[in-house]
Amino acid sequence: MISKSSNLYKLLPWGVTCILLCPIIAIFLSAFVIDESGSFSHLVDTVLFTYISNSILVILSVVLLSIIFAMPSAWFVACCDFPSRKKLQWALMLPLAMPPYIIAIVYTDLLDFTGPVQLALRRLFSWQSIDDYYFPDIRTIFGASVILALSLFPYLYLLLRSAFLTQSAGLFQAARTLGLSPLQAFWRVSIPLSRSAMAVGISLIAMETLGDFATVNYFAVHTLTTAIYDTWLELGSLTTAAKISSMMLLAIVILISLENYSRRKQQVYQRNNNGNVDLRFVLTGWKKWGVLAFTWSLVSLSLFIPIVTLMYYAAHYFAESLNDDLINYTMNSLWLAFLVAILALIVALIVNFYQRLSPGFAAKSTIRLSSLGYAVPGTVVAIGVLIPLTSFDLLLNDFLLSWDLTPVGLILSGSLVILVLGYLVRFSAIAVGSVDSSLVQVSPSLELASRTLGNGPVKTLWRVNIPLIKKGMLTAFILVFIEAMKELPAALLLRPFNFETLATYVYQFVSDEMIEYAALPALMIIALGLIPFIVVNRLLEKKR
Amino acid sequence: MSIKKGLTVLLAGASVLTSSMSFAAEEVNVYSYRQPFLIEPMMKEFTAETGIKVNILFAKKGLIERIKREGNLSKADLMLTSDFSRLALFTEDGLAQPVESEVLDKNIPSKFHGASKEWFALTSRARSIYSSVERVGPTPNITYQDLATPAFKGKVCMRSGKHPYNISLLASIIAHEGEANAKTWLEGLKANLARKPQGNDRAQVKAVKEGLCDYALTNSYYLGKMLNDPKQVSWAEAVHINFPNQATTGTHVNVSGVSLAKYSPNKENAIKLMEFLSGDVAQGMYAEINYEYPVKEDVKPSKLVASWGEFKQDNIKLSDIAAQHKAAIKLMDEVKFDL
Repeated sequence: MISKSSNLYKLLPWGVTCILLCPIIAIFLSAFVIDESGSFSHLVDTVLFTYISNSILVILSVVLLSIIFAMPSAWFVACCDFPSRKKLQWALMLPLAMPPYIIAIVYTDLLDFTGPVQLALRRLFSWQSIDDYYFPDIRTIFGASVILALSLFPYLYLLLRSAFLTQSAGLFQAARTLGLSPLQAFWRVSIPLSRSAMAVGISLIAMETLGDFATVNYFAVHTLTTAIYDTWLELGSLTTAAKISSMMLLAIVILISLENYSRRKQQVYQRNNNGNVDLRFVLTGWKKWGVLAFTWSLVSLSLFIPIVTLMYYAAHYFAESLNDDLINYTMNSLWLAFLVAILALIVALIVNFYQRLSPGFAAKSTIRLSSLGYAVPGTVVAIGVLIPLTSFDLLLNDFLLSWDLTPVGLILSGSLVILVLGYLVRFSAIAVGSVDSSLVQVSPSLELASRTLGNGPVKTLWRVNIPLIKKGMLTAFILVFIEAMKELPAALLLRPFNFETLATYVYQFVSDEMIEYAALPALMIIALGLIPFIVVNRLLEKKR
Repeated sequence: MSIKKGLTVLLAGASVLTSSMSFAAEEVNVYSYRQPFLIEPMMKEFTAETGIKVNILFAKKGLIERIKREGNLSKADLMLTSDFSRLALFTEDGLAQPVESEVLDKNIPSKFHGASKEWFALTSRARSIYSSVERVGPTPNITYQDLATPAFKGKVCMRSGKHPYNISLLASIIAHEGEANAKTWLEGLKANLARKPQGNDRAQVKAVKEGLCDYALTNSYYLGKMLNDPKQVSWAEAVHINFPNQATTGTHVNVSGVSLAKYSPNKENAIKLMEFLSGDVAQGMYAEINYEYPVKEDVKPSKLVASWGEFKQDNIKLSDIAAQHKAAIKLMDEVKFDL
């Protein structure tokens, strides 16, 4: 679309992509170092294939469960009318604020053999041992998948809901007029139209699942991330760990490319996005009760039960948990998350607008490449960021010394710069995805009109696209903010001295399974993640 | 948000980013694999005595890798670990430097420091076997080897085999009996587990209380901690602590320890802290607050720990155990212990 393809347009997106890609390339290159320890062949001979099949099973189950949770609820909320719909509309997003490792601890605590639920059952029915009754074992692949899905499904819900909302009601109506039932219309019109949202949501969930270590590990489920940690931290073989990470990345790249390829001819633009307010199906009778039961159980499981449990712990250990540090760490978490969210949003706008201005393979690549970090486990991202930044610092200091200048020490890798970069590598994907999925719905005819009226490409983006994708941008901001509030492994390894976030503080106790002491700061993480949701939701409601 | 506002926010953020670089004059920086709340009482006491501020960076994973990458610019003075294998990795990778100190020599017996004094143990703890009060009673003659015999089928609970404490135990068995015997033992143990390895050491005790298993493989100090936690005291009261292998090799003992980083920028302060941690005050605190065994010979364990009785420790050299660390991890994979 740019007639004089200025290099500046390309320089910026590629620069950003390169910075975000640096750590991943560092890991990738480490994979080619010759390994003398034989760790990789040891893995192949022993557990690697079990780990691979566990990883695949966990991802498939989490994705499937997320669809089961998210797709109906998004459609009910967007296209039907029933009591408490407005409350549910945002209550269903809130589980995103729950760190999965916290939900995992709460549920394993509640449901395993020694937990209160089974204890109560044994007392009630005077069962003596585990042989006297059946209770599903929570520490299984399925248990871990349910918990991960409960905390990840809102990604898909959010994207699907906004896709359903903005889908032109006319198409749906046309389908109905042609004799389709609401359900048929849903399958044959709404779902195909929301395929891009679906793809983005599923890939976010799959990537996050693949990169997860803390949650599955807590469920005693061992996946490829287990192999990465074992080989790298215990067997001391960075190259084997890098090989496994690279394999995982490759799998992600292939899957995403396939999905994109299959969607290459499909284009969905939005003409009118305000029409279906009055066209919701009003639910009555058993349908109403069914929908209410489904949606509110989902909210209870993912939100209320964990929060109430944490509150119970926090109340019992309140005196031990409340101190000055807590306020201090809260502030740290807050401004760090804010900064990362802003930066991620900027990254997302840069690569997405590049794609808009000069669509094609190159631009598509920046989008894909800048999102890769999301699928890499936090600790691996951390080491990936450490490699280039420490190298830079060491070179810089040598250079300064050779010119008789005062060395500056670890100016990047010993400060918060490295932490912010680590977060960006990890979370840009979320911002890029949200902006992408709202930008594709803006019809190019609007841009063409603006260009015809004499506006330059940048001015068009600024005056036409940005106002149209404000909601997507806001979503991107909130999602990254929340992820950054929850982030643990990268923060743990990259933070400088005397800098704790709420998550690292929680981890101190959780790593010794002292959940009671961690309950108050954990609630703080959740509360701070909920606030921006509620504020933004109010803003959006008012505008409507 | 306007561009101007956005820029202001960014600039404010950037200024905070670099401000974390400055430190107080007298300080010592510690990379710690141990949870800060476990060591804070000692560090506070140290600061009160010397005026030197202690900065702690805690993580369970990756600190050695970080310090390796940081090279000669690393700000870390000390590496504090909760088990010996990490201490061994740290020194093997050439990340430590030897410390010559009369105080350390006097306080820490020679079996508790490296040959060239590049690492020092600070506390020791026994890998003990807890048995159910209700169903088993005290079993002073129990051995680690017993846990793998058919009589114990379905009666044993333990955490992940990959946890450093279990890796160390397995490494010690490899060192004593060779890899083939160790493998047979590990397979027997896996076959006797009441459930797939999961949870932490405390969770195993809870499982014994609830009747899921009769024996739990657990570190000694957890009993002290649980007896002092109102919620967990009932779990602790459901078990006896036994020190295994008294008639044979002795109970496996692991250590927590400290090493001076090769490029320590505050070396003097770091050595002062090492000396303090090996001294009467800190050793007493380790004993009283954490229920660990002090390494300084004239500091007694806490009354509670002493009440569990004296026991014969496995006298194999820590470095011999560390030499089998990787073999132990691989063996865990070979028998798919956690899967």
